[in-house]
Amino acid sequence: MLKDITLGQYFPGDTLAHRLDPRTKLLAVVCYIVAIFSCHTLWAYGTMALTLAVAARISKVSARALFRGLRPVLFIITFTAVLNLFYTPGETLWTWWVLRVTREGLYTALAMVTRITLLITGTFLLTYTTSPIRLTDGLESLLAPLKKLRVPVHELAMMMSIALRFIPTLIEETDKIMSAQKARGADFESGGLIRRAKALIPLLVPLFISAFRRADELATAMECRCYHGGEGRTKLHVLHFAARDYAVLAFYIVLAAAIVALG
Amino acid sequence: MEEIIKVENLTHTYGVGTPFERSAVEGMSLSVYRGELLGLIGHTGSGKSTLIQHLNGLLRPTAGRVLLDGQDIWAEPKKIRDVRFRVGLVFQYPEYQLFEETAYRDIAFGPTNMGLSGEELDRRVRDAARFAGLDERLLDKSPFTLSGGQKRRVAIAGVIAMEPEVLVLDEPSAGLDPRGREELLEHIRAYHRERGNTVVLVSHSMEEIARYADRIVVLARGRTLMSGTPREVFSRGSELVRAGLDVPQATRVAMELQKRGLAIDPAVYTVEDLAAALLALRKGGGC
Repeated sequence: MLKDITLGQYFPGDTLAHRLDPRTKLLAVVCYIVAIFSCHTLWAYGTMALTLAVAARISKVSARALFRGLRPVLFIITFTAVLNLFYTPGETLWTWWVLRVTREGLYTALAMVTRITLLITGTFLLTYTTSPIRLTDGLESLLAPLKKLRVPVHELAMMMSIALRFIPTLIEETDKIMSAQKARGADFESGGLIRRAKALIPLLVPLFISAFRRADELATAMECRCYHGGEGRTKLHVLHFAARDYAVLAFYIVLAAAIVALG
Repeated sequence: MEEIIKVENLTHTYGVGTPFERSAVEGMSLSVYRGELLGLIGHTGSGKSTLIQHLNGLLRPTAGRVLLDGQDIWAEPKKIRDVRFRVGLVFQYPEYQLFEETAYRDIAFGPTNMGLSGEELDRRVRDAARFAGLDERLLDKSPFTLSGGQKRRVAIAGVIAMEPEVLVLDEPSAGLDPRGREELLEHIRAYHRERGNTVVLVSHSMEEIARYADRIVVLARGRTLMSGTPREVFSRGSELVRAGLDVPQATRVAMELQKRGLAIDPAVYTVEDLAAALLALRKGGGC
């Protein structure tokens, strides 16, 4: 049940999208987001949707998997759509009781829904095709200039990769503890709010204890291998820009520029 | 003998519809008879853990049925909690599930969920602690101050306290030192003898299973490979080895001796049996 969470889940594969340098993908996503927020015409939205569809096709990610990522934000999407639909002033199309739908409201609502959907699915495509380790590697490399300003880039990247690394472990652990308590008759699914909150104690106490234990063990293990931060540290997998990276990057920069200028 | 649990053609597939789809158990059938101490053995990845989570309804079969006393446990999904009280499951490394302020209250968690209180609850907690080999004086301590072995006993007592008809233990001795292992298993055997309840012992240690189980079921690659008394199973020692499983040391010695032309029974599985067989051989002038 918990394993259904797709937030930041990586689907291994060997497609062009998987092979791209993570920095390319990060920068491409930035361009993509800029472009989406500059969209004003139907043509612009169409171009973006097409870009997403092609990218998804190349990554071999099914539409079902892609849209499953929308489930957690479904509420926000509906909420913005409803707000925009009823509270935008303009030419009235339809009224009922205190509700009034305007032409402008309808357009804004549709635009917002499209924007959020494209935004979320587009960024999900990044995490679907890039393993967390490569993602943080790319991020660290892109943010490296900030080291001059004494921003602890390496430490932040390390914290992020450890956190990402342990999400599945903790989910698995949660599942296990939940099963063990269910085997003793714990009931997580019925009762009122207070009862449900109380039912979580047998789950949370062991989970916290094991998280602290793991953190402790990991720290010891890292120290045993002489970890002392990013100073003078080399990489096993050095990132390389290939021709495909330049091509993809050029495409996205042109796309963003075109949409900003024309859309 | 009467079957208390019957597993029919059980299949369980994880991650249906994702690239990670994988069947852990495929078309497995198994019977557990009332009052026996059944040993369940198999490699990592043989489907042991998946199978036992079906016995008390923690997992729902993708295909096939699990019958408890002839009744499909999923006939009424709302009553699945009652099944969990009747089939007590102790997970691997159960000490990580402890959460209460005292060992006593942790053991009482299961029976309290059953709706018990007062004297009956107290009796069950103390009985369970005794069966698990836990000193009464430790009951008022915080479980987190106890040693690893003591924590495990608290966790096992927590399941025994529900007084299940079938007690299933997944690798109860994993990670304990040899003495701790033996003590724990002796306690489980004593519980089985005194209560006469059904016990399913899951392990990957052949020695352990050979020593304690009345009957053995061998799992391999999500299926039942063979089942029978320890004698029957270990007489097919070479098949076990071919399936990538170990045989007890004593059996290995006997198999090796037989290969070299000695007329020894290759189905012995304890050191004592092996010694007796060798002595008999010597008396008979076999070597």
